Amino acid sequence: MKIPFPFAAIVGQDDMKLALLLVAIDRTIGGVMVFGDRGTGKSTAVRSLAALLPPMQVVSGCRFNYPPAAAGNCGQSCDEEARSHCHDVDTGAVPVVDLPLGATEDRVVGALDIERALTRGEKGFEPGLLARAHRGFLYIDEVNLLEDHLVDLLLDAAASGENIVEREGLSVKHPARFVLVGSGNPEEGELRPQLLDRFGLSVEVRTPSDLAERIEILRRCDAFERDPQTFLAHWGPRNQEIRELIVRARERLETVEVDDAGLEAMSRLCVATGADGLRGELTLMRAARAAAALENVPRVDDRHIRRVAPMALRHRLRRDPLDETGSVVRIERAMAEVMDA
Amino acid sequence: MTSPVLSPERPVQPPESAGDGIGQDARDADRWQDALAAAALFAVDPVGLRGLVVSDGPGPVRDRWFRHLEQLLPPDRPVRRLPAATADDRLIGSIDLTATLATGRPVLQKGVLAEADGGIVVIPMAERLSSGTAARIATVLDRQEVALEREGLAERLPARIGIVAFDESAGPDEAMAPSLLDRCAFLIGLGGLSLRRLPAPLPDRSALEAARARLAVQPPPAAEVIEALVITGASLGIGPVTAPLLALRAAAAAAALAGRDAVTIEDARLAVRLVLAPRARMIPEDMPEPEPDADPQTPEDHRPDTPPPDNAGPPEPPPTAEWAEILLAAARAARPEGLVNRVTGDSSLRHPSRQSGGGSVGTVPTGGRPAGTRMGTPRSGARLALVDTIRAAAPWQALRRSERRRAGGDVPDDRILFHRTDFRIQRLVRRRESTIVFCVDASGSTAFHRLAEAKGAVELVLAQAYVSRTAVALVVFRGQTADLLLPPTRSLPRARSLLAKLPGGGGTPLAAGIDLAVLTALAERARGKDPLIMLLTDGRANISRDGVARRPGAQEDAMEAARHVARNRVDAIFIDTAPRPRAEGRLLAEAMAARYVALPYVDAERVRDVALTAMSQRAALSQRAASPAGDR
Repeated sequence: MKIPFPFAAIVGQDDMKLALLLVAIDRTIGGVMVFGDRGTGKSTAVRSLAALLPPMQVVSGCRFNYPPAAAGNCGQSCDEEARSHCHDVDTGAVPVVDLPLGATEDRVVGALDIERALTRGEKGFEPGLLARAHRGFLYIDEVNLLEDHLVDLLLDAAASGENIVEREGLSVKHPARFVLVGSGNPEEGELRPQLLDRFGLSVEVRTPSDLAERIEILRRCDAFERDPQTFLAHWGPRNQEIRELIVRARERLETVEVDDAGLEAMSRLCVATGADGLRGELTLMRAARAAAALENVPRVDDRHIRRVAPMALRHRLRRDPLDETGSVVRIERAMAEVMDA
Repeated sequence: MTSPVLSPERPVQPPESAGDGIGQDARDADRWQDALAAAALFAVDPVGLRGLVVSDGPGPVRDRWFRHLEQLLPPDRPVRRLPAATADDRLIGSIDLTATLATGRPVLQKGVLAEADGGIVVIPMAERLSSGTAARIATVLDRQEVALEREGLAERLPARIGIVAFDESAGPDEAMAPSLLDRCAFLIGLGGLSLRRLPAPLPDRSALEAARARLAVQPPPAAEVIEALVITGASLGIGPVTAPLLALRAAAAAAALAGRDAVTIEDARLAVRLVLAPRARMIPEDMPEPEPDADPQTPEDHRPDTPPPDNAGPPEPPPTAEWAEILLAAARAARPEGLVNRVTGDSSLRHPSRQSGGGSVGTVPTGGRPAGTRMGTPRSGARLALVDTIRAAAPWQALRRSERRRAGGDVPDDRILFHRTDFRIQRLVRRRESTIVFCVDASGSTAFHRLAEAKGAVELVLAQAYVSRTAVALVVFRGQTADLLLPPTRSLPRARSLLAKLPGGGGTPLAAGIDLAVLTALAERARGKDPLIMLLTDGRANISRDGVARRPGAQEDAMEAARHVARNRVDAIFIDTAPRPRAEGRLLAEAMAARYVALPYVDAERVRDVALTAMSQRAALSQRAASPAGDR
C-alpha cells in the first residue's frame, strides 16, 4: 500500500546496506540482524530490499513458492483448482514477507482453511507466512518483542528449512527456506541468544552525526513524502544499477576464490575472538566471498575479510559482562593481531 | 485569515522575573498558547505530524484543550480511545464472531487502529503502554496501515492516523515508551495550569479546512529551511533525525494555517518552539559551532548520488546561518525549565530522583501472554479460542449434519454444529517475571569495592536476563540518602550507561536504603513482577531516617525498615559483607525474614549465584504450586 523508499536513496548506513546486499547475493549466509536506535531507517532499508532482488521462477499459482523443477512431485495435496496451473511457470518477485507483531501462530505456520472446511466440508491447508517466505526473505521488525512461542516456531523452521504442521487433523510438511531479517532496539529488550545465533550477519546502525548527512536525509525524506512517484522515478536507474550488481555478483560468486592464506586468517580470527564454532568461520567465509563478488574481483583478499569480519562475528563472541569493550573493538583488536602480523 | 492561536510574534523574552506571580502568569499563558498552537497544527496534518503527547493528569484544563482539538478536526473524522491495556484482538483486529458464524466464513473485525483510519486515536495513561503495544502503534504510525496476520486472516488495512497520548506518569521511572515519544511531533505540558486564568480558545474549523487544502499544494521547502532545522536540532543535542523532520512538517502546517504558500522563518520558529525545544538536551548559550555531539563514529562519507549543495560544510553561507541563529534563539526562549529530562524519552537521561522508586502503585491486569491454544472448555475465566474451535469443528460438519438429520433433527445449512470436544481455549502462559532489587551499602571505606562487585553482579544477572526473565534494579545508600541508581530494567546496555558513574563513601543511612528498596519492590509487584531484595551491607547503620548521624537511633530505624520488608512479604536475601560478621547482620536478616548469607569477600559471581539460585528455587516452588491447577 505504501510505496517503499528506494534503497539507493538511503543516506549513509553503509554497514547495513552492505549486509543486506551480501545476503541478497548469497542466501546461505543466513540473514541479517539490524540493531539500532529509533529513526535510523532500519525498517526502511529492509523494506526497500524487495525492489532490488532479481525475480525468481515459480510454479504458477503455487502457494508454497515451489520452483518449476518441483512441479508434480511436491507432495502437497492442493485442490483441483490450485493444481490446474502446476505446470505453468511464472516469473515473480522474490517474496519479502513481513511478520508483524501480534501475528498468531496459525498465520505463521499455516492452519486448516476454515472457509473451505465450513462451506465445502473439505479439509484443506491454508499456508502461513513461512510458506509465503519460502525462497525469499522473512522480515521481523522489533524482533526482540516477538512472543516467545512464535520465536520457537521460527527457530524450528529456520533450523530445519521446513515447516511441519500437525494440528486440527492436518499433517503437512513443506519447505520453508527463508532468509531471516530482523531489526530491533536492544534498549527495549534483549534478543534471545538462540535467535540471535540464527542470523548470519549482525550490524548496528546509529543516528548519523554528520550534519551534511542529516540534512541530506531530511531533504530526501521530504521529497519522498511529497511525491513518492517522482522520487521513485528519479532513483529508479540507481536502484536498477544495484540490482544488476547483485545479479552479476551472484553469477560470479561460484568462481570467487579464497586462498589458503585467507582461510587461515579467517580461522585464526575466529579463534582469537573466541567466536564459537564452525558457524562463525563459515559465515565469515561466505560473506567475504560475497563481498569480493560484489566488487567484481576474482579473489577474496584482506580488505574483504576486514570489511565483513565485524558483522559476521560481533554477535558470536562469548559475552563477558565485566568487559566493557564493545565486541567490534574486540574484533578489530583481533584483526590487528592476526592480520597485521 | 490568520488564526489568533498562531503567533510566534509573542514576546519571547526570557522569564527573568522567575518566581513572582506576574511572571508565572505570563509563562502559564505562554504554555497554554503553545498547547493550543500545537493542537491547531496537529489538526492540520495529523498523519504527517504523527502525534501529540500531553503530559498532565485528567482535569478541566486537559478537557478543555482536548475539546478544542476535537472542534478543529473535521466532524466526520473518527476519534477512538485506546486503553493502555488493549489486547491485540482489539488493537490490531480479529475475527468477528457473530458475522463469522452467520456467514460461515471468516469475517474480519477491525481493531481500534484501523477503525480510526482518517482520524485520531486517543491514548489515556499512555505511560502504561507495554513496549510491545507501543511498538505496534509506532509501526502503524510509520506505515499508515495495519498488518494483520491473525486467526486465519491476512489483511493490510489502511490506518492513516495521528495519536493523542496523555502521559499521566507520576515519576520519571514510568515515562512513556520512547519509541512513541520519538514519533510524536509535539510534547506539551499542561500541568499546573489553572482554567480560570486561561483565555478560552476560539476554534475556527473553516480556517483549518483552508489550511489543509493549502498544505496539499504547498511547494517543497527552501533549502535553508531544511538546513537550519537540522542545524538547530543538532545544536540542541537532539539525536534522532526524525525530530527535524517532524519540525519541518510542523513548519509546513504552520505556513498553511497562516495562509502562506511557502514556509517562512516565522513558521520555522514556531516549529522549533513546539517540536524541537521540548526535546532539547542542551541549550547552547551563544551561537554554537554547528558541530554535532562528539560521536566517535566517523562515517566514511561516500554518498553515491545527488551531491548536496556545496554548502554542506561547517562554514554556512549567510542565509542558513542566519536562520539557524534565529531558530536557536527561539528554542532558547521557549524551553521550559524542567521539562527536558522528562520528555526527551532518552532513558540514559532519566535521572532517578530520590523518591522515584515509588512510582504509582496500582494493579496491572495480569493475564499472561498467549501461547497457543489447547483443548478444553471455556469456563471459569478461560478464554475461548474461537477460530481454533471453529477449525476443530469444521471438518465434521457434513458428517454431523447428516447424522443429526438421520436422527430426525432439523438443521439449517448455515448453522455450525459444535461438539464438546471441539472447544479450544486460549493458553496463557503467565511467566512471573522477577525483579531483583539490589540494595547496596556504599558507605565508608569498603564502598568502592562493594559497589564495583554489586555492579558486576547486576551485569552478570542481566547477561542472563533473557533466560532467567529477570529485571534488575540497584538502590545505593551512602551519605545521608538512598538513591535508585538503576530503575528496574532488563536491558544490559541501559544498565551499563546508568552504572557508569558510581558514587560512594560517607555515612550509612541503612534505613533509607531499605525503605527505598521496599518501595521499588512494591512498585514492581504492582506491575505484576515478583520482586526479590538483595541487601549487601555490613549491617551497621549510623544515619537515622531523618538524616541525622546517631548510631543507636539509626540502628533502630534500620530494624524498623527491615520489619517493613517482612510485613510486605517481599522475598529478601541479606548478604553480610562485614569482614567479621556480627550480631547486627543476623538480627536484621531475621527482622526481614530474609535468608542470611555471609560473604566477607564479596565478589560479583558469588552474588549472582546466590541471586539466581534464589530465583530458580522460587520458580520451582511456584510451578509446583501452580501445576495441579493446570493452565490458567
